[in-house]
Amino acid sequence: MAHGQVLLLHAAGLHARPVVTLTKLAKTFASRIHIANDVQGPWIDAKSVVKVMSMKTPANSRLFFRAEGTDADAAVAALVTLVNNDFLGGPE
Amino acid sequence: MNAPPARARLFAGQPAAPGLVLGRVVQLANGARTSAPGPAGSERELVQAVAEAASQLRDLMTRCAAEARKILEFQVEFLSDPVLLEPAQEAIATGTDASTAWRAVIDVHIADFEASTDDYFRHRSGDLRDMRARVLALLAGDDIGPLRLPERAILLADDLEPSRFLATPWGTNHAIALRGGSPTAHVALLARARRVPMVVGVGDVAVHGECTAIVDGSKGTLVLEPDEDQVAGFARTRARLAATQIDEAAAAVRPARTASGERVDVLLNIASLGELAAIDPAICDGIGLVRTELLFAQGPPDEESQLAYYERILRWAGARPVIVRTLDAGGDKPMPGVTIDGEGNPFLGVRGVRLSFAAPDLFKVQLRALLRAAAAGNLRVLVPMITAAEEVQRVRALLAQAAAELAARGVPHAMPPLGIMIEVPAAALALDTFAVDFASIGSNDLLQYTMAAARDNPAVTPLTDPRHPGFVRLLQTIVQSAAARTLPLSLCGDLAAQPEHIPLLLSAGLRTLSMPAAAVGAVKRAIAAWPAGGGD
Repeated sequence: MAHGQVLLLHAAGLHARPVVTLTKLAKTFASRIHIANDVQGPWIDAKSVVKVMSMKTPANSRLFFRAEGTDADAAVAALVTLVNNDFLGGPE
Repeated sequence: MNAPPARARLFAGQPAAPGLVLGRVVQLANGARTSAPGPAGSERELVQAVAEAASQLRDLMTRCAAEARKILEFQVEFLSDPVLLEPAQEAIATGTDASTAWRAVIDVHIADFEASTDDYFRHRSGDLRDMRARVLALLAGDDIGPLRLPERAILLADDLEPSRFLATPWGTNHAIALRGGSPTAHVALLARARRVPMVVGVGDVAVHGECTAIVDGSKGTLVLEPDEDQVAGFARTRARLAATQIDEAAAAVRPARTASGERVDVLLNIASLGELAAIDPAICDGIGLVRTELLFAQGPPDEESQLAYYERILRWAGARPVIVRTLDAGGDKPMPGVTIDGEGNPFLGVRGVRLSFAAPDLFKVQLRALLRAAAAGNLRVLVPMITAAEEVQRVRALLAQAAAELAARGVPHAMPPLGIMIEVPAAALALDTFAVDFASIGSNDLLQYTMAAARDNPAVTPLTDPRHPGFVRLLQTIVQSAAARTLPLSLCGDLAAQPEHIPLLLSAGLRTLSMPAAAVGAVKRAIAAWPAGGGD
């Protein structure tokens, strides 16, 4: 199981477009990937736009990732980088 | 039969997209597409309608600009998420018809977003309503086609779905007035990008029969049945607006020059990363003020988060300078857990660098992040509220300590040029005593401290006039003092964003001005017009 966390600085928070970019990136990995606003959870399926959008994460929140599977480390690293790069350079 | 003389009616809403249009009101009956509950539908019917809605939106995406595509893509992804229909499938299995089941599913999400205290999330409910309408129309066998508006038309509706906006061919004589809506809704963003004037929140406007109207998307007003004077005023304003807009947009992307050909550096003031995405880098010569207060709004961020923030701005700016101001809390910017509560006069109390000295651990984290960012680009550090020369020495000592800590950790860093904000009159008059690499005039504070008149007290606002000879002389003194030691000098307060005050600043000798991006076009035009009668 791989873990990661990152501070979300995107001005509008994790809103429509960042959620699309993030879930699309998550779907490129085979691992089961979960995201949370708190290290205690609740853990949300990071591949579901509907569920990640429902988190309504505001700017300056900490995001936690965890992944299980063959490419778990790469998945967490890619998602953390995506958030750090302000959602630029994600899958088109 | 003659109608009784028309009476102009003014409805004040909120500006959503600038521009001015006079035209005939065309009403869009919202909710007309709501179908009566059908027969107990099969689950497959709903799945197919949702898939078809996603497919229509994907098709629309191929004909849209990049920004609009991203808005539609959210809907496509939302509709394509298998999780979405899970609750509906259960309802249908127990005998509910497809339309009712769909409504139940999507209304839960709409209510969830509407209950949010965050504007961004609250206004995403408009996208969900858009999806709701499209799927309901498909289930009822209707089609959501584009709107066909006549020339010179004002669309009046409760709300407008983003996908419908995108499917509609808009002309330069079209405008939108919404009874509801919000300036931050997706459809408002699209209207701004597409330059369709739009006003939202005009309230309960009822129109019967033929009716002309004026939409002023800059003021946020709708006038029904305008009188002759209003129509004449409309024509004058529209002509002036059109000329000004073209001039400002053209001026914004050109380097600023005075009428006599002298170059003026135009820098931007930035308060958050989100602003950068909407700014054409070509309009500026660098970033003259990065405020860091928003970064600290949810508690002090750690070194890595701050570094990432500064590096993103440096990447945007390329080789151009980026001036980052260290935390400027206090005064009119209280910050929970950082500023001191209950000070008798916060503007004359522990604020700016005084607060940073009072919380050295917090300050050191920011200095380390800035030192690391300086290794990645053309970064300069600006310290607010400097009063005495010793304070600069103290900042330099802290910077040296922070650099030593980074060196001990083996972390790459560089010593950035260090500058001060000139806000305190004593610092302005003794600029030659400060061992700094550059200086930036904070005109808001310098003005209120010089005039002894608070900028947030309307009773004394008339006294905060920058044309006062005392303030003008102070500006001249600062400029001469900086010039005598070739110290780079800029001004980053509100004065630099006000075209009417540009002649005053240029006459005082300033040649570097920093302002919000929205002011750049108008300010560059004011620069080009100075000095009056100069140049050819």
